Parts: sequence; C-alpha cells; structure tokens
Amino acid sequence: MASQLPAEFNVDVDHEKCRKCKRCVMNCSFSAIEFKDKVIPNNRLCVACHRCATFCPENAITIRENPLDYKDGYNWSPEIRKNILKQAESGGIILIGMGNPKPYPIYWDHMLIDACQVTNPSIDPLREPMELRTYLGAKPESLWFDGENGNISLRTELAPQVKLDIPIVFAAMSYGAISLNAHKALAMAARRMGTLMNTGEGGLHEDLAGYTDRIIVQVASGRFGVTSKYLNNSALVEIKIGQGAKPGIGGHLPGEKVGEDISKTRMIPVGTDALSPAPHHDIYSIEDLSQLIYAIKETTDYKKPVSVKIAAVHNVAAIASGIVRAGADIVMIDGFRGGTGAAPMIIRDHVGIPIELALAAVDDRLRQEGIRNRASILVGGSIRQSADVVKAIALGADACVIGTASLIAMGCRVCQKCYTGNCAWGIATQKPELVRRLNPEIGADRLCNLLSAWGHEIQEVLGSLGINAIESLRGSRERLRGVGLNQETLDILGIKHAGIGQ
Amino acid sequence: MKCDGIPSGCAISGMMSENGRRIDGTEIIRSIACMHDRSNGLGGGFAAYGIYPKRKDMYAFHMMFDNAGAKEATEEFFKDYFNVDKDEVIPTQKGYGISNPPILWRYFLEVPENKLEFLSERDYVTKTVMKINSEIEGSFVASSGKNMGAFKGVGYPEDIGRFYKLEEYSAYIWTAHGRFPTNTPGWWGGAHPFTLLDWSVVHNGEISSYGINKRYLEMFGYKLELRTDTEVIAYLFDLLVRRHKLPVDKAILALASPFWKDIDRMEPEQQKIATAIRQVYGSSLLNGPFSVIIGHSRGMIGLNDRIKLRPMTAARKDDMLYMASEESAIREIAQDLDSVWSPRAGTAVIGMVRAEVE
Repeated sequence: MASQLPAEFNVDVDHEKCRKCKRCVMNCSFSAIEFKDKVIPNNRLCVACHRCATFCPENAITIRENPLDYKDGYNWSPEIRKNILKQAESGGIILIGMGNPKPYPIYWDHMLIDACQVTNPSIDPLREPMELRTYLGAKPESLWFDGENGNISLRTELAPQVKLDIPIVFAAMSYGAISLNAHKALAMAARRMGTLMNTGEGGLHEDLAGYTDRIIVQVASGRFGVTSKYLNNSALVEIKIGQGAKPGIGGHLPGEKVGEDISKTRMIPVGTDALSPAPHHDIYSIEDLSQLIYAIKETTDYKKPVSVKIAAVHNVAAIASGIVRAGADIVMIDGFRGGTGAAPMIIRDHVGIPIELALAAVDDRLRQEGIRNRASILVGGSIRQSADVVKAIALGADACVIGTASLIAMGCRVCQKCYTGNCAWGIATQKPELVRRLNPEIGADRLCNLLSAWGHEIQEVLGSLGINAIESLRGSRERLRGVGLNQETLDILGIKHAGIGQ
Repeated sequence: MKCDGIPSGCAISGMMSENGRRIDGTEIIRSIACMHDRSNGLGGGFAAYGIYPKRKDMYAFHMMFDNAGAKEATEEFFKDYFNVDKDEVIPTQKGYGISNPPILWRYFLEVPENKLEFLSERDYVTKTVMKINSEIEGSFVASSGKNMGAFKGVGYPEDIGRFYKLEEYSAYIWTAHGRFPTNTPGWWGGAHPFTLLDWSVVHNGEISSYGINKRYLEMFGYKLELRTDTEVIAYLFDLLVRRHKLPVDKAILALASPFWKDIDRMEPEQQKIATAIRQVYGSSLLNGPFSVIIGHSRGMIGLNDRIKLRPMTAARKDDMLYMASEESAIREIAQDLDSVWSPRAGTAVIGMVRAEVE
C-alpha cells in the first residue's frame, strides 16, 4: 500500500533555467531526482540536504518545506500526526539522526557576558598576548618543592597532562557512523590546531596511525577494536558510558555498513551488525568503573589520562563526583542536545537534561567536595558557537567538544538522515562513491578555519573582559549574568540576574 | 556593615628596613600624602610591622565595632576562643576631617592549647577571623597578626595617619594606601590594607579574575565576606605560602604567571616548574590591572600584573627598600637614592628583613 505520509519537502526545478546537465541527478544520493527528458524530482524522497541545489550551475533548484497545511491543532501538531502515520505503517521505533531539535529552552542564549569599562582596562588581543592554552588531566591540590634559595626543584610529580592550544576538542564520532575521510579531516585539523579528535567507539583505522598523539581513543560497551596497542596509541583514553542523544541505551551499526575496512578496524566479521550493549557488561556499579579505569591505566603505564564520558541525566553531579573518586582524570559530560548517527526519537527528544545546568551542577558539586582539581571537565551537546564555549568555560568547563558543528563545517546540512548511510556530503556514509565526495584536505582546512575563527572570537571576549589567560575565565561565573531566567535556574547556574552589580 | 565591591584607582607606598630599624610613621604619611590626587578621601590606611615588641608573641586583633553591642558580643566570643592578655582603646585624636569612626579597640590574644588538637594555631586564628567577620553583626577584624597592626578608615590617607597618631608607633615595615573608589559606601572596614594573620595587602587596581579566585579560595574554606577583590590577594598568599608552603617566588609565579611564550623558552627545570604552577594554580592567577604591596612579618613584596596596567616604582637606599605608585612618593622621603627602577610586568620585588632581625 502506498504511504499516506505526505512529502516533507517540495523540490522545484526551474525548467527555463535548467540546461539539463544532470549534475543534480548524479549528486542526489537519496534518489529524489530522476531524468526523463527533463529533471523530475521525487518529492517524497527529498531530505533537504541541499546537495543538488548547491551543485546546480544555474541555480535552478529550490527546496521548500511542503506547504501542505493540516487542520489547525496545537495539541496534535503535524509532526505528531506524521509520526503516528509512520508507526501505523511500520510498527517500529522511529529512528533519527543528529541532536534533539525540540524547542526546549537554550540556556546559553539566556546568559550574557561582562566587559570592562573605565575602572579596569580592556586588553587588545591584536597587541597583547591572549592565552587559550589548556591542559587536560588530574591536578594535585598543591605542589611541593625541594631545596632552597635559588636551587629549588619540583618534588610533586603530576599525573599525565594533555595540552590543548585551544579549548575545543572534536567530539567522539566513530568510524562507521562517519566516513574514513571525515576521520582523516578531523585528525589533520586536530594536529594543525593543537587539539584532539576522538575515535568514538569504532576503533582506530590504520591510516590514522600517524596522528595518535592527537587522538582520544574510546572504549565503549562494544569494545570494538580495543587492544593494548590501541590504548597506547593515543593522547588519552575515554570510557564511554553514555551519550547525550541516547542516555541509557546502546548502539547499533547495521551489518550492511560493516565492509572490509570497518570489519578490520572494529575487529568483527564483515557484514555482521556491530552491537554496543546498553551497559558495559563488566560495569554494573561505580566500583566496577574504577576497576576498568585502573585496568586501562595499568595497560598504558599511567602515561595517559583516562576520561569517562556520561550523558547529562538528573543525578549527574553525584555521578560525576563518583567518577572522579573512582580515578578518572577527565569527566566528559554530554548534554541532551548532543548529536548522534542514529537514535530512537523518543530517547533523543525526551531523555536527559541541558548541558548548561548539568555543567553548573557538576562544577559546584566537585568544588563543594574539594575535588574539582582532581579531574578536568569537558562538555558538549550542543556547543554551537564560540559564545557557547566562552559561557561554558565561565560556568566551569575546562574545554568544550564539538561534534555537529564540526560536521557542518565539513558540509553537513543537518538533514538528520545519518542513519540511512546515504549522506550526500560523504560524511555519514560508507559508500565509496559518496565518501569520495569529502576531500580530507579540504575538510581539514574548513575545520581549521572554524577553530581559528572561534579562537579569535574567544580572544576578543577575553580582551573585553580585561583578562589575558583562559584560566581567569574558567569557573568565573561572576562574569556572567542571566536574562529572563527564574531564581531557581539562576541558583543552579550560580549566576546573578542582569542588572545586579558585583 | 558589608558593602558592594568597589573598583578603585588608588595610590600605594611601602618602606622597609632590612636591618629591622624601627622608623616612626611620619615618613610613610608624607610619602602617601605626596600622591594626594590619586585618592578621593574615601579611604586610607596603613600597615605597620614590629609595633608591639612587648607582646610580639600574641595575636594583636585590631577591631572595628559599629556599636557597643557588637563589642560586647565580640568580647564574649574572645573569652570562649582565646586567652585575652590585654585590651585597650586604639588611641586616636580628633580633627583632620575624620568623622563617624567606629569603636576602635585592640586585643592581645593567645590561643589556649586545648583548642589546637585538630588544627594548627594559625588555621585556628584564621577560622576565628572568618567567623567574626561573617557572623558577628557590626564587628570587623581590621588586623589579626603578631607584632603588627592595620590602621585604616574613611578619609584621605594622611588624615587617617594623623588621626591614628602613627608618629607614636615604630615599625620596620610600613605600607600605605590612598583610595579612589568609584562608588562610595563610607565603610571603614572596606579601606586598605586588607589583612589576615600577618599578611597585609595594599592594592591599586582591580582583579578581573575575582570570580574564579573567590571560588578557588572557597574550596579551601575561606569566606570572602567583604566582596572586594583585594581580599583575595591576602587569602591567596595565605593559602599558597602558609598552607601550601610554596616558596614566595613560586607563589609569585602562580599569582602573576609568565606567559606561555616565555615559559616555552625557559631552561628545562624552570620550564617544568612554571608549567606545573600554571597547570595546578591556574585558578589563583590574578588577572586585570594591579600593583600591590604585600607585607608580612619577614618582608615586603611588590607585584605588578602581567602586562603592567598599573604603575609601580621601587628604590633602594642603604638598608631601605621603597616601593610606590609614583617615584615622587619615594623621593619625598628619601633623597640620593642608591637605585631606582620600574619593576617589569609580572616581576616581583621581594624584600626580606635580615635573618637576625627579631
């Protein structure tokens, strides 16, 4: 039976302008454009990835949301009706890609940053040093020195530290979820910008062997590609407990994506589904996590910081505290807006809490317990712009991770169809003819441009705040003010309302 | 009695005899008076070291009380927490445009031994200072060190100095402050120097990193009640030097760290130390414009921010070390200087009294 679902988009081709070069036909990876004497779109298949429109030399293609109106109804929104239709036809869970798009409050947009006037001078970042360097890793509470008078040496030995030239790290996205070319672009950009990329849970492809000092290797519940060599060939190791887009559930890379290369990298047979269980089956409690942390530290001879990544959930502060006490050097918190290659829509859109509140709660809790120094805090999900980075650091983060933003820089149009494997931009796909569309060199250039731009913007803000080192912003909530937030939210964020002075 | 934070302009001056010679307060008053225009009459103060030789082993608490009730409550508190050896009014004289002073009283205190089972004497005194300032309404500890005291109030610094009759005190270190707050609660406790134990701080500038410095100190139990940025400097010195036992020059590396570009060019051992300090003590970095003089019983430290956004000149003559916002303030009291220099940004001038000085 034909689907009752209406098309989401209308593709309008201006046949006056079209000179029938068929470039759109070749570029559409969703088979939404055919050629029968002229270009004929199949609206039902269009996902608004903009590939055809971008590559049309005549600007003859326009994509619009299908204007088909539904009978007005605030409660039964068109989206809800369409989802019911889908499930009535399929009987399945609705699968979706990318982060939560629902109109929940975005707290970043309710915080404003301070600036200097008269009594303290602002600093010009074009003329004065403006330092963004950040070190990830556990810090001791204090330092001890030996010797005296001019001949003093450091007695304290620090836990391993990883240097970031800019406090922005590329988020975990596995080879499998995204293409090898995307991984290469991320690794090259991380090297050039002095930051890190994250393998995600899919293992490390041998082509990235030259970048290992810039790579976070992940150990997730599927343990794909995890060997002692994998753990040691890294800047740091991350245990993935949860993901902001799908807290509490596992992952599933369908067998058709597991080709020769992915099979080798993940160490599973070609064509088998790669299943990540919801929990780690050797971690059923915090003491089990501690064992895994120390197993990894033993394997890496205590030379790599170990990070634990969790989704932001209601009790995140207590959980983070437990993780720090279990021996983690870094806690990575992923907010409920974090991206994903594939997640059940019900989980993505309804589970977890905003990263702004989770971050504030965790930083507060670790300070109250006097253990904030024992772990760095990384946050993501979702960091959309440099202003979000500044606000996150002021709330207490050491650095931010960006996933979706880095994909957009490489060409992603956030069409949310990552799980189909048909990504027209060569990012979330394993089809060789599509992967080829993403040139790793160009992708890396674009990523570097994005980070450089954000770095300059962060420096501008630091200068206007009258400070010249990122550590003077970190946790300095005094430099933030809330607008349009109620008292309870302000208390959780630990900031004052705009209009209140010092 | 609490007030809002006060960004300030200000003048500072300090003088010290390395040989421990006691000098009366007339010179430091002349020096700070020379920079009259840097203040606006809303705050002035002095710290003096070596002024109570007869009771040099006792904690000298200089107190400010809003009213007799606050004094009574504090005295009850002292009875519970200390042995009070002596208490007396802090002598003052009328005139000089000083109005509405609080009740100014000083107490010489010893810590009963039975109180020190679980913490050091100095931690104990620190706690009591925090307790009085935060819990006893209308009562404020102006200073709490041994053989030293802070004399401060609302007025021009030279008038405050004469009001307190500083010519009658002899000290081997004097520091002074004249204040130019841009908004003005006339609050005596808010004048500089800020003190804790024998640390005193006079400060010209504004700490733009106050927010994180405060949260960092709170992690170690400090209560920042005054809501003014200068307070964090005194507490950071207390934390780093007294509690964490960092050598003074290493504490300086934490508070006014070298830039990474310079650290990257250091010799390996120096580089290792500077890097570790920035990694571990990043939250104690003082950022924003400042010049400060920190006094303590063994010396005086002058420090500028990392890009020298506030003035500071230093000079030597014989056994004397001078520091001031302006060179004129030094030349006003010492001619024929042996050397005069402007300390580089982020580079401390560390003066120490000789080891044999008591």
